[in-house]
Amino acid sequence: MTLYNFQSMGTQIPELGLLALGVMLAMISGRGGIDLSGIALANLSGVVAFMIAPMIIAPAVSPVGFLLSFSAIALGVGVIGGAINGMLIGYAGMTPIIVTLGTQLLFTGIAVGVTGGSALQLGYIPVIDDFGNMPLWGVPRTFGVFILIALALAVLLRYTRFGVHLFLMGSNATAARFAGMRVKSILFRTYLLAGVLASIAGIIIAARTSSVKWDYGTSYVLVAILIAVMAGVRPEGGYGRVTCVVLSAIALQLLSSFFNFMQISNFFRDCAWGLMLLLFLANTRVEWSDYVPAILRGRGE
Amino acid sequence: MITIESSHNNLDGVAQKVLRNFWVWSAHHPAIFPLFLIVVTCLSVGAINADFWQLSNLFDILRASVVRGLFALGVLVVLASGGLDVSFTAIAAFVMYTLTLFVVNVVPDLGIVPIFGIAGIMGAGLGALNGLLVSYLRAPALIVTIGTQYMLRGFLLTFIGTALFMNIPSAMDAFGRLNIITATAARGSEIGLPVYFLILILAATVTWWMLKHTLIGRAIFAVGGKPDVAERLGYRVKSVRVFVFAYAGLLAGVAGVIHVTANRLANPFDLAGTELAVIAAVVLGGARITGGMGSVVGTMLGVVLITLVSNVLILVGIPSAWQTAILGAFILFAGLFFSQLDRLAMR
Repeated sequence: MTLYNFQSMGTQIPELGLLALGVMLAMISGRGGIDLSGIALANLSGVVAFMIAPMIIAPAVSPVGFLLSFSAIALGVGVIGGAINGMLIGYAGMTPIIVTLGTQLLFTGIAVGVTGGSALQLGYIPVIDDFGNMPLWGVPRTFGVFILIALALAVLLRYTRFGVHLFLMGSNATAARFAGMRVKSILFRTYLLAGVLASIAGIIIAARTSSVKWDYGTSYVLVAILIAVMAGVRPEGGYGRVTCVVLSAIALQLLSSFFNFMQISNFFRDCAWGLMLLLFLANTRVEWSDYVPAILRGRGE
Repeated sequence: MITIESSHNNLDGVAQKVLRNFWVWSAHHPAIFPLFLIVVTCLSVGAINADFWQLSNLFDILRASVVRGLFALGVLVVLASGGLDVSFTAIAAFVMYTLTLFVVNVVPDLGIVPIFGIAGIMGAGLGALNGLLVSYLRAPALIVTIGTQYMLRGFLLTFIGTALFMNIPSAMDAFGRLNIITATAARGSEIGLPVYFLILILAATVTWWMLKHTLIGRAIFAVGGKPDVAERLGYRVKSVRVFVFAYAGLLAGVAGVIHVTANRLANPFDLAGTELAVIAAVVLGGARITGGMGSVVGTMLGVVLITLVSNVLILVGIPSAWQTAILGAFILFAGLFFSQLDRLAMR
């Protein structure tokens, strides 16, 4: 275990963590909320940004300008994609599962269509490569960005009206409606935010791997849900904490790196993730404190 | 009831009434939606490329619909009960690969009927496991079955094998070659309607009969519509949940064996990723993801529509790379259509 090992793990956490935060937001909103389109939108953001950004500023002219325009376009795609999800779920009243299944296929399909199915190489662009892979003061930059975004999201959820209403709506949608909350608008903004988080993940993936492709991270749909469930986010809605999701993403990456280190096959890793998801779901159904002797339980219970 | 707001504009009111009646009628006959899309697709493709109108093309589409159709019948039953299954492709892959390996290495002379029997039992067992997990974990069926999907697939590829298997048992090979009738395509190649198509017909008839005319069928729709009411009426909600997942697993196991006989090879990587197209077909057929709705006829039409679209895009000059995007648009379109229908019909 060296600092380098931790740094390499740190570069892989942000993309998963951001997608898991998106899933968390969708789950908190209740009504069977889930976002299955996260990684598809992340890939689409990268692909579209890669195709348009060189037309605005060539990477050879100004690498920083290229990175900025790349990011701006990717974020724009994230906003559009998230808005489509949000419109269909919030204003058209469709079920989140159907909408995000459909947009997952749609986003993936557009990415396949415009690239013809092949991966696009960014090539070596120093600024982007630094952003994706080089640590700053010992911390990978993408990891720093991830922590900042997580902090901002935590503040948003805890201290703004939107955040408070989101949790209330998730725990009781009917009561929220009769209390005069703008349920449709809250749903819309929730999925919009999930889309933006996905596109940031897309930028980070592009920077880290120096390429964009439509089928990056096929198992991320499962892994993002696993991280959220491991973090104790309730799939029925109304509860979820940003801190727990961040910690759970770190824990999963540690485990994943451990599997890599032991040279365990990727297939077994998928098997383990599936099993873990079921175990953590089971964990929420067991009242562990019942098995703890009363004297150890303390007064709180 | 409809209220005509402006009495002097009577014509508008009549038009509104007709439109409303149409909405209500189509809410009761959701199969009209995929049927309409099939007709439109056929007519427009046929107009662009006359090669489309061939018997061999029809056989091709029907033949390609079998595996997807069996999956779709399973998904329909699960959706009708208010659940969702995405693990059926993993079940099918698991059953087809382990069973083929088992038959070749242990009992190479096993007939096709016992092979299907064992496949059904294995599939039903794995499906029942899904059902038990969904009812005891009290978690969304989607999340539970994503878990079992990865678990099964990972287990298959880690512990059983990753090698492509060309040497399939003779009974399966012979069954796959059996045709009901054959037609000659324009280019001279013979395309047959295989016997395994009859299995889809049989499964569709049984599923239709079960949903329409048996107690378990009533129970499935009751549990899917309003689980708490169904429970108070005395339906055993947990047993119904286990049954629907076991039924979907059974069909998946059978579909897996058909997949092997049709392609004459067993590839453990096959079928993964096709689950969304199946769910799209069922949703196009009018089943609601919220449960309590859905018909066999609609589902079968949905399957034909999805197969048709993926087969004919190339005939009209759309690159197959766009297939996934079109499938996604179909899901969104169908979901939007039916959710607006429900709103209007409820008003």
